[in-house]
Amino acid sequence: MRTDTIASIATGRNVSGISIIRISGEQAVAVADRIFITKEQKHILQNVKSHTIHYGYVIFPTSGGEEEKEEIIDEVLVSVMLAPKSYTAEDVVEINCHGGITVTNTVLEAVLHAGARLAEPGEFTKRAFLNGRIDLSEAEAVMDLINASSKAAVSNSEKQLRGVLKEKIESLRKQILHETAFIESALDDPEHFDLTGYPESLDEKITRLLEEVTALLESSEEGALLKNGIKTVILGKPNVGKSTLLNLLLGQEKAIVTDIAGTTRDVLEETLMIRGIPFVLSDTAGIRNTADPVEKIGVDRAREAAMDADLVLYLVDSTADFDEEDLAVLRMINDKKVILLLNKSDLEEGLQAKRISEALTKSEISQHHNIVRILSISAKENKGIDGLKDVTQELFFKGSLQTNDQIFITNMRHKEALSETKQSLLHVRESIQNGMPEDFYSIDLMDAYTSLGRIIGQEVDDDLIEEIFSEFCMGK
Amino acid sequence: MNETEKKLAITNFLKDENNREEDIRQIVDICVVGAGHAGCEAALAGARNGLDTVIFTVSVDSIALMPCNPNVGGSSKGHLVRELDALGGEMGKNIDKTFIQSKMLNSSKGPAVHSLRAQADKQAYTRCMRRVLENQEHLTIKQAEVCELLTTSRTPDEESSATKQIIGLKIASGGVYLCRAVVLATGTYLNARCLCGEMITHTGPNGLMAATHLTQNLIDLGIEVQRFKTGTPARMDKRSLDFSKMEIQKGDDRITPFSFSTDPEGMQTEQAYCYLTYTNEKTHEIIKANLDRSPIYAGIIEGTGPRYCPSIEDKVVKFAEKERHQVFIEPEGLYTNEMYVGGMSSSLPEDVQLKMYRTVPGMENCVIVRNAYAIEYDCIKATQLDHSLGFMKITGLYGAGQINGSSGYEEAAAQGLLAGINAAMYCLDKAPITLDRSDGYLGVLVDDLVTKETREPYRMMTSRSEYRLLLRQDNADLRLREKGYEAGLVTKEQLDYVKEKQRIIESEARRLKETKVGANKKIQDFLLSCDSTPIKTAVSLAELISRPELSYERIAPIDEERPVFVIQNKPRFEIVENPLRKQSSSRSALEERFLDLRFLEKEEAAKAEEASDIEKQILADICRQINITVKYEGYIKRQEKQVESFKKIEHKKIPADLDYSAITNLRLEARQKLDQIRPQSVGQASRISGVSPADISVLLIYLENLKKES
Repeated sequence: MRTDTIASIATGRNVSGISIIRISGEQAVAVADRIFITKEQKHILQNVKSHTIHYGYVIFPTSGGEEEKEEIIDEVLVSVMLAPKSYTAEDVVEINCHGGITVTNTVLEAVLHAGARLAEPGEFTKRAFLNGRIDLSEAEAVMDLINASSKAAVSNSEKQLRGVLKEKIESLRKQILHETAFIESALDDPEHFDLTGYPESLDEKITRLLEEVTALLESSEEGALLKNGIKTVILGKPNVGKSTLLNLLLGQEKAIVTDIAGTTRDVLEETLMIRGIPFVLSDTAGIRNTADPVEKIGVDRAREAAMDADLVLYLVDSTADFDEEDLAVLRMINDKKVILLLNKSDLEEGLQAKRISEALTKSEISQHHNIVRILSISAKENKGIDGLKDVTQELFFKGSLQTNDQIFITNMRHKEALSETKQSLLHVRESIQNGMPEDFYSIDLMDAYTSLGRIIGQEVDDDLIEEIFSEFCMGK
Repeated sequence: MNETEKKLAITNFLKDENNREEDIRQIVDICVVGAGHAGCEAALAGARNGLDTVIFTVSVDSIALMPCNPNVGGSSKGHLVRELDALGGEMGKNIDKTFIQSKMLNSSKGPAVHSLRAQADKQAYTRCMRRVLENQEHLTIKQAEVCELLTTSRTPDEESSATKQIIGLKIASGGVYLCRAVVLATGTYLNARCLCGEMITHTGPNGLMAATHLTQNLIDLGIEVQRFKTGTPARMDKRSLDFSKMEIQKGDDRITPFSFSTDPEGMQTEQAYCYLTYTNEKTHEIIKANLDRSPIYAGIIEGTGPRYCPSIEDKVVKFAEKERHQVFIEPEGLYTNEMYVGGMSSSLPEDVQLKMYRTVPGMENCVIVRNAYAIEYDCIKATQLDHSLGFMKITGLYGAGQINGSSGYEEAAAQGLLAGINAAMYCLDKAPITLDRSDGYLGVLVDDLVTKETREPYRMMTSRSEYRLLLRQDNADLRLREKGYEAGLVTKEQLDYVKEKQRIIESEARRLKETKVGANKKIQDFLLSCDSTPIKTAVSLAELISRPELSYERIAPIDEERPVFVIQNKPRFEIVENPLRKQSSSRSALEERFLDLRFLEKEEAAKAEEASDIEKQILADICRQINITVKYEGYIKRQEKQVESFKKIEHKKIPADLDYSAITNLRLEARQKLDQIRPQSVGQASRISGVSPADISVLLIYLENLKKES
């Protein structure tokens, strides 16, 4: 049971006007005070009364370069509620910031950076209960909530962790465990294992491990570790211009791509910001790259690609027939929001649109309202793309498109764990350089191992003992 | 028991009409079953609390027998012995009297992993411990096989979910001993079976009688048992070995005692040699070619063996890539020619053993005195015990040592001490004394045994201890004397000394942090003379001590305000009688050949002035503590913080009669595991494999709810 200071976003993270970030625990006020300044640039929160509201700015230290600078991220209202008269009966600070995704995320990051820990699912409620703030009759509900949200978090984390990233973490853990087990074997059985010269070789290994962890950490900074954004899939029959559209969108906007093999390329997804809103574009590779020109879009394949999508861009070649096959796909994904794009619209635009509308009306599809808009574009000539962006922006701000909260939270958790891993590895290096005895290395190595394990949901249990026995020949 | 209690005990016993008064042999407080390392400690702990105690053994000649390796201590096991000694146990004192070589392992590594190991003269060890037992007031020794535990039924309550209570035990002759508590310390004797290739004997170690009745009785009482296996290598005739082909292994120049009450000066002595040699390709070929004749690989052995102490067969199969394995040749005693072949335990048949051993350099013409063998035995599932080592289902019944699924003399002795203490506390109507994971290795050992389902004999390892920087062998007295005092095994004098020592260390550490020295010429010159970099600004003395090249002792010239320590409560050291020295005049030439006599040469002159300078010893001890406290402060603080949060959850107790099936929000797997292991605290629950952090949150809320409702 941890009683440290926790923080999380208390409001749903769609585009409401205001988001609230809640901090609870002994250090809540101190944490908030570190990142909050008044108009007069003063840190005041440590000295304010309970149940007061303060106007000012959230600042975030920007790293890079020699000196650390602080940057204003948002204009906020901060409420301070001291124990015991607060939601959790601990000291609570709530930061009301502007509702934008990016802003909310950054404020939360600043709070974590200032010393709070990301709350576990249901943790505020749990604390409220344990501190007697919630009625006994609600105990059942609290337990259910913890149970359900922890299940959801686990399944979400599993879903989000794509194969390659998982492999990477597992390989890092394996290396760390192996080194620890070697040190421990030598400590337990000094007559069988000799550590002469080992610190030097470990130092080299730590350098490599640090490089890998740092790279992962950087990619998580850019949000590319997990795809946090509106999942968008481009669908359509072969040769309707899907890849041209994709490249066009990517070329115009800054795509977030990392050079870490696998985190981006292997999953065939690109994250990009369209008018400040994060999108994850799935490049339906199988469909695009088909070698057989007569291959039809399989209904199954479309379903698979669209399964997780928040938004489908369905591309139709307006010079070709809009036929039963298209209708079949649209029927299949009728629970998704779809923007129908008529490509190659330089040809008799109006006429085509009308023809397709008619076809839709004739089928039962239009009744399901899943096609939110029909737009004409020309990917080749870069026409109508602004119109598409207008529509997505509008949909987002009307709240009919949302990003997945859990992904953001998961990503944040991973980042926290990676930072801790890095810290622990730096400690090991420091111990080596200071000539500390070898048994000190394994303390930090095991911390690194544990932190990495949190990313892939692995407990430590008896891993070390198992590794010692299976890898090193011990004893009498 | 007083007379009234005794009468009551008899009445209770005679309630069952099959029981006869004439069968009652003795009415006592505690019965200890087994006189190995666990049994001896348990019996002494009971008797030293003034409680009448009987210790049962199948052979009085095998009290405190060392049927396997001839040494005490080693990595992490050495910690256990030091802890046992701080708590008032006997093993540390006994080995200090009977060691023939001593070595501080890992002395080049951090203080947390320094670990003492001493080679024992096995016969002397056994004889010495037997004398202690025989001369202990309130303790009697009885040679008999215990075959039945006698119990009566009881009603479970909040304190204990037990439905039965111990009232005594029955031995094979039909004799009955009435008592309040029983400590089971049966070692490897329950249904023991020894295997050497195709030759199988139903005996305990060294051909001693096995105990064949008790297991069934335990099963009848509802106790779950399992079968474990272990093994030992062959013993060779010293005269048949060629030591010129082996490397000599010497003991330390300066011997460190195990016991906090042994006089370190008085125990410096000559030491025996050990030797190192290696297996080779030829050895491995012979083993591989004969695997089908190994009872393990032929599937005859059912018990699970330990992975940390594998037989040579296991090593060759599992680590096929290794070209050679180390073999340590260690004397079994000073006045015997038997040598222990460490690293080559085996259950292969005699002819293969001989062939295999003879491939090892120096052993080409070896003559085997005793064959290597594997031994199988019954033990209990220790998750049926709580942290006092008492059975949760039967009050007054305790388990210690190999019967709990552990291995090793030290693990056994430490558990025996704890079980004995708690049997005594139970008889005295006092609260049990327990250790948690932050108190000591013994706490880790017990917690692992009662919480995790052990599938092989459990050995202590430093990596099992998460707070090992705090649980050092050098501070076991600071950590545990108080508990030993509570347990009635440590004197007020000993406790006062430790408290005083603690106070001095703390106040010195504080003073060193607060005392600053400036960058003046005197300081800089001093630093340069120590090959240490000069300082730029004023620094504290503590900061200087934390430099690797400096220490508390070294900075004395610039520490002008260093106080002179006056110790009020000087401990009394015991001068141990070492069998080595006593018999030096009667040693044969052969015996002299295997001794490291360096000590003898400088002995007489040096000893006279150094002998028992207690002040000096105490000062050295205090210096060591201060150096460690200051040098590793960062890490120590970190672990102290971890311990703090560990304690919080460890102190959330779970009622003994909690009905887990009523907590429907718990996942089924967690419910089953919790119900089976029945943890005493939320902390223990969180360490059960298969119980997730979310389950723990649910449990916490349920307990809180329960508290509020009542």
